[in-house]
Amino acid sequence: MKPVSAIIFKDIAIELRSKESLASMIMFAVLVLVVFNFAFESTGLDKSLVAPGSLWVAVSFAAILALNRSFAKETDNDCLQGLLLAPLSRGELYLAKVSSNFLFMLIAEIIILPLFVVFNALNFDFRFAEVIAIVFLGTLAIAGIGTILSTISSNTRMKEVMLPVLQIPLTLPLIIAAVESTREILMDDTGQVSSWLYILAGFTIVYLTLSYLLFEFAVED
Amino acid sequence: MTATLALQSQDIRKTFGHFTALGGVSLTVERGEFVALFGRNGAGKTTFLKVAATLVRATHGKLAIEGVDIHEEPEKARRHIGFLSHNTYLYRDLNPVENLRFFGRLYGVPDLEGRIHQLLERVGLQRRKSDPVRAFSRGLHQRLGLARVMLHNPSVILLDEPYTGLDANAVDMLNGLLDEAAAAGKTVILTTHDFDQGIRAATRTVIIDRGKVVLDSPAKDSAARDAYTEYIRLGLSR
Repeated sequence: MKPVSAIIFKDIAIELRSKESLASMIMFAVLVLVVFNFAFESTGLDKSLVAPGSLWVAVSFAAILALNRSFAKETDNDCLQGLLLAPLSRGELYLAKVSSNFLFMLIAEIIILPLFVVFNALNFDFRFAEVIAIVFLGTLAIAGIGTILSTISSNTRMKEVMLPVLQIPLTLPLIIAAVESTREILMDDTGQVSSWLYILAGFTIVYLTLSYLLFEFAVED
Repeated sequence: MTATLALQSQDIRKTFGHFTALGGVSLTVERGEFVALFGRNGAGKTTFLKVAATLVRATHGKLAIEGVDIHEEPEKARRHIGFLSHNTYLYRDLNPVENLRFFGRLYGVPDLEGRIHQLLERVGLQRRKSDPVRAFSRGLHQRLGLARVMLHNPSVILLDEPYTGLDANAVDMLNGLLDEAAAAGKTVILTTHDFDQGIRAATRTVIIDRGKVVLDSPAKDSAARDAYTEYIRLGLSR
């Protein structure tokens, strides 16, 4: 697994220097939370009804920003070709890129989640821990499918547009499952939560497995 | 596939949609040979090198590097290959040491820090080792690209237009490195549009035209220069 960790550390080193992905993700996600908070503040709506939606809009769209940068870094100066020349399988390369994308998304979420709690007058209690677990699983699924989609879109002319066009429809089922399970936990109405979690976990496994197997075809000419 | 050959290709074909880039290239290169590969723009030189480097999957045919089939054991084959094209595959946000350290870890290079120091000294970048690569000129990029290629001590070195954009000093440095590699018994396959640079150290000349090998002769053979003139300078095809 040394090549995998080498790629992850390289991505971290580049991000620490450029700060492109994290800064844009955090800025965007915080803006979404602020705008949603003020938009629904005056309506008198129960916040636990709309809060899960705002959280997952922030998470999923911020992820698109990070994923767009992820392979842009590799296409600059054709660096991806340098990775493809290395003695590691395409599957290992996929795992490395998923891991670094997942890591950056989690770092952004460490800042997003406390703000989400504050804006929606929630408590840092066991329910919050359950929401964290759902965010963790949902983020893994988004990173899993998003990594291969960002690879595909990075080879197209309209790469910035192509990624959301591909990603949003494919992540819609898991975003719905994540929103519903988050809502049930926040409303303390967990009758259906296990069904939504099964769907979320199922999509995570399917997306990770399929992307791992198909990455070879996405990454080569 | 013969284990004693550095490169053995059998009827390699590659099509991109309706376009045939390689129409059946069969080539055997023995260990220690220095092959200059010539051809017009679009003749298929780069595609062939990319297939050999496992960057492009051939539509048809077999190719082995050091007796290792690139389709069956690509990771093993890649350990033998050093590939440099006009793009150096270096990360602009990292400095030379960080770039080489990263690639060294990918290849599992032993005594990595010592090897990095040695190579930076050799390509004349020791004083610039802490500068980000984005501040480098084209020539410095190519020097560091060469260090990346040599880092894991490959036995087969594939170079696609390595002289492009290099000043005289950098050309001398590149030639020196290639001479050292040849003296160390490494196999070098180089594409270039500069005939004199190409055959300077070559032991063999191969000309590719329209995706096929049309000439394969000893480098200093007069037939090589005649064929070069015919195919590339005059643009004639038989």
